[in-house]
This record gives sequence, C-alpha cells and structure tokens, in this order.
Amino acid sequence: MKKLINAPEDVLRDALEGMAAAHGDRVRVSFDPPVIVRADAPVQGKVGIISGGGSGHEPMHGGFVGMGMLDAACPGEVFTSPTPDQMDAATKAVNGGAGVLHIVKNYTGDVMNFEMAAEIASAEDIEVVSVVTNDDVAVQDSLYTAGRRGVGVTVLAEKICGAAAEEGKSLQEVADICRRVNDQGRSMGMALTPCITPAAGEPNFTLGDDEMEIGIGIHGEPGRERMKVESAAKITARLASAVVEDLPYNEGDEVLAFVNGMGGTPLIELYIVYNELNKFLQERGIKITRNLIGNYITSLEMAGCSITLVRMDEELTRLWDAPVDTIALRWGAR
Amino acid sequence: MKRFAAEVAENRAYLTKLDGAIGDGDHGTNMDRGMKKALEKLEAADGDDIGASLKTVGMALVSSVGGAAGPLYGTLFLQMGQSAAGKSELDLAGFTDALDAGIQGVIKRGKAEPGDKTMLDALGPALEALRSAGDDDVAGALSRAAEAAREGMESTVPMVARKGRASYLGERSAGHQDPGATSSHLLLKTVAEAVGSGGAAG
Repeated sequence: MKKLINAPEDVLRDALEGMAAAHGDRVRVSFDPPVIVRADAPVQGKVGIISGGGSGHEPMHGGFVGMGMLDAACPGEVFTSPTPDQMDAATKAVNGGAGVLHIVKNYTGDVMNFEMAAEIASAEDIEVVSVVTNDDVAVQDSLYTAGRRGVGVTVLAEKICGAAAEEGKSLQEVADICRRVNDQGRSMGMALTPCITPAAGEPNFTLGDDEMEIGIGIHGEPGRERMKVESAAKITARLASAVVEDLPYNEGDEVLAFVNGMGGTPLIELYIVYNELNKFLQERGIKITRNLIGNYITSLEMAGCSITLVRMDEELTRLWDAPVDTIALRWGAR
Repeated sequence: MKRFAAEVAENRAYLTKLDGAIGDGDHGTNMDRGMKKALEKLEAADGDDIGASLKTVGMALVSSVGGAAGPLYGTLFLQMGQSAAGKSELDLAGFTDALDAGIQGVIKRGKAEPGDKTMLDALGPALEALRSAGDDDVAGALSRAAEAAREGMESTVPMVARKGRASYLGERSAGHQDPGATSSHLLLKTVAEAVGSGGAAG
C-alpha cells in the first residue's frame, strides 16, 4: 500500500484538520464527535440538511457543506458509517427551528445509524425527516438484498434540496423534493481498478490488467459482471443502457447528466465518457439540459466512473441553477 | 468483558479477513476500536450493576463502531442491559432473559431473520440452547450455548446472504462464513469461558 498518510488510524482526523485549516471561513470542524458544520449554522427559520457516510468518497459529503447545499456532514471512518452521536451533534448544530432533513444513502449501516439518530432527535423534540437515496441500478431491488445502493443521485439531491431550503420551503416540501430527485434519478458505475482502504492495506477485490467490473459500488462492492476492458463508447453504452432502460427515460425527456469519476480517473477520460453519453442520449431523443462532470462521489483511488441521470422539470432545474457556495461545488454566489 | 475485548483484538485480522471476502473488510478493525472504547468507559464506571455495565458497553459501541456492527452490537448490549437493570448478579434465567431481550433488539434494528447469514444465526441457536438447558448448571448451559453458537456460525458458510453488504454478492456469498456470526460466537464463547473459570459473567 502506497498512500499519503501518516498512520491508518489517523487518516480521518488528519484529513479533517486539513479541511479545518483550509476552509475555516466556510465550515466549522469538530472532532469529538467528528462533524463538519456550515460556518453560519444554524440558519434561523431555514430547514437544516445533514448527510453523512463513510469517508473515502470526498468531496462527498464534507465538501458539500455550505450555502445552498448541506448544513452539516458526518464523516465516518473510511467506508464505515458514522455513528448516531455524530448525526445527533450535526442535527442539533443545524436546527434553526424549521426541522432537519437527513439525506441517507441506502447502506445497511448508514440506515441503522441514521435511524438511531432520528430516534434521539425525536426524543429531543427536533423534527427530523429522513429520505433514503437508492439509485444504483446495478443492484437488483428485491427482498433478498439490502436494496439498491445510494450513489450519484445523493450529490444532486443535496444540491437541489439545499436550494429548496434556502428558498424557505418547509421540511415536508424539501423532503418531497428529495424523494422526487431520487425517484427521477438512476445511476450505474464501473471500475477499472480496485481501491485500498488504509485500514485493510490491500485491495478488497482484484481485477486483471485487462478486466473491468460493470456495476461496481462505491466501496468496491461487486457489480453485475466482470469482463474485458472495452472502448469508452462501449462502456458508456453499457452503463447508459442500464440506466435509461430502468426508469425508463423516454424520447422528449430532459435530464441532468452527471458523469462522475471514482477518484483515480483523469478528467480527460470523463469528458470522453460525457461525449459518448451525449451521443447515446441524442440518438434516443433524450435531451441533456444540465450537466456535472468531475470527481464528486469517489471511491478512494479507484479508477472508473459512474453515470447518473435525473429527469428534470422546471422546478428542479431552477433549484439546480440556484447559487451554491461550498468547498467542492460553487456557482452563482458572491 | 475484558476477555471479549481481548478475543476481538486477537481475532481482529481473522474477522477482517472474513469480512473482506463478503463485506468491506473492516469488521475486526471496527469491533476492536469499539471494545477498546467500551473497556475505557467500563473502567471509569462503577461496576456493581450488571445492567448499567452492559448499557455502558452498548453506548460505547453505538458511538464508536459505526457501520452496521455499531447499531447491532450496541443494541444487543443496550437491550441486555435494560433487561438486567439493577442486578448485581445474573442467574441462568436472568442471563437467558437478557440475551433474549438483546436478540429481540437486534431483530428490530436489523430486520433480519434466521437464515439471512447474519449474527442472528449464531445468537439464535445459543438462546435456544440456554432455554432448553433447564437445570441449574450455569457453566454447563453456557458452554452448550457457546457450542450452539459455533454450530450456528458454521451453518452460515453455505448460506446466501440476504442482509447487509454481503447481499449484493447474491449466490457469490455462499461458501464464506459470516463475520458477524463469527464475532457473536466469540462473545458467547468468552462468556462461557469466563463463567466456567469462576470469573464474573458479563
């Protein structure tokens, strides 16, 4: 394992100290328990929005704390769900009297820890609504699995809900918008290489030099199939077909297209994927009206990408365009 | 409890390796971090009330483990503590009730059923063994419970996971022993050994 770390057990703390040193004007970072809070929280009268999950997916979620997006993020250990006391601390820190939305990615640990946090909040008379994102079409949603994983849609939902909260919408309204983004969104990812968590020190799966995994999860969970590496056009078509057929997205639909890097893939390749995705959707009469391209929900140093589509309407588009001022996503502000 | 912490520390690499096969390879590391925190808290607390001690362990696990194991093991100990509240010693019936309460909490939190390839597949048979013990030989009953947990743990090998991260593997999860069932077996084994050698239960 070659990593820019001091010691595996210090990774989270060292990284959070770096964030605090770099971005103290935007966020407050506390360490016991670890929480990243918007510098001006709580914003009185505004619905607070928190999210959280294992670390190793940066900039998600800490990089999305700020005006127009999240009010706080709870970073767990690498690939390990954060704990209820982190979520409780975050909920209290952002509660401006209008209630708090918990945006939870569908993983067993995240769901259970956020459930416990919601129980604690309700005992403290803070109104909390939880919305679980589950957009990964690689997983069969059945009684026999933990259900579809929450991936790319989470980033887009956090941006759109953040804008809705800034507009002064109620907790129920913001939660409904979150559900709508999740309902209208689908994703699938792929990996060219595995990644190594600092604690494990070795990859938790292996891929041959000429192999890729289609349908990979953001913790290296297995996908639909393992196969020989193909051209960007063919790989994009595989991902896009699975996504488009699942909702399905139809001719005439307007979508937000999100091409996300897994952490170890250069931007130049993500633009090649975006180009192929654009052509693929054009052929089917699906129009990209907004896009996002870059490393936003990563899997440490994994090489690969994911594609997320969200079917947009006028309101979602307006909320997407609204100003946002976070460490990792910033437009229209100042 | 110290023995369990030591067992977890000793088996950290083993649990992590099992988890690496069908999960995300952190069960040993996470449980080790949690049990170290639990021991710290226990040493700082008054040790007479078994219920309170179990709750202390539960809270420490909930707030330091994370993942799925944090809420599940945390709930197990919290509910056991609730059941044993105010007691300075536990007889066989008391321990059986406490474990039952703990298991019910785990079922409610994790929504798993027997056969889903989870920690319940080790805990459930252990509870059954305690219930059918029917005599006053505490050490013997606990050792049979530990044996039942071991068999339960081994029974997870051919199972197809239906809960947690391993469920994404589907059929590919068969042939691997469940890490949660393994750590649960360690817990029961430790309790049996502690009581068998005359140490305090819990």
